[in-house]
Amino acid sequence: MRVTVRLFARLRDIAGSGELTREAPAGANVHAVWSSLVADFPELSAYEKSISCAVNADYSRFTAAVADGDEVAFLPPVSGG
Amino acid sequence: MRSLDTSGIGAVSVFLGLVRDNNRGKRVLYLDYEAYEPLALRGLDLIVEEARERWPSVRLAIHHRIGRMEIGEASVAIAAASPHRADAFAASRYAIERIKQIVPIWKHEYFDGGDVWIEGATADPEDSKAREEALRIACA
Repeated sequence: MRVTVRLFARLRDIAGSGELTREAPAGANVHAVWSSLVADFPELSAYEKSISCAVNADYSRFTAAVADGDEVAFLPPVSGG
Repeated sequence: MRSLDTSGIGAVSVFLGLVRDNNRGKRVLYLDYEAYEPLALRGLDLIVEEARERWPSVRLAIHHRIGRMEIGEASVAIAAASPHRADAFAASRYAIERIKQIVPIWKHEYFDGGDVWIEGATADPEDSKAREEALRIACA
């Protein structure tokens, strides 16, 4: 299956793009998508403990399953205000 | 004020967050804000809902800008209207604390000699400790 990955702020800078398409095996969860990103962009691994994730623009968990066509977002610590 | 429905309202507290000219000992030139917009809007809605739970008589409006902002410009505006001032102050303070905790917006700071993404809190709306901390600050 295919998912759209959204990256923001420093994560986007590291990957060189804010939106990527990734192939993921059926039944993959959010963490599997993250791991495949880290394999391509090792600098992302520093964020493993501090990121949040969202699926289809709703906060989610690393253990959540993803489905074909989902938008999976990884969010570094926020700094609004 | 005339455009606001003020029936029963005795206080409006307005908070503006401005782009400051210095941070961590460096001279700031400007900020560029980025957001994950659909989730940021949901986050703001959630904050309004949380505030309503705690202060049922408060009406809250929040606006956050994104993009490049110069020193002294307002990046965020919060208005809280309520029958009495204590709740208006508390709800607006709560809203800004929660924005900093859970809304997916990021500051890209351009300072004298470089730039850096500011990273604050790991966003988790279900983190009850963070929410309690925001309530504690708001009611202090």
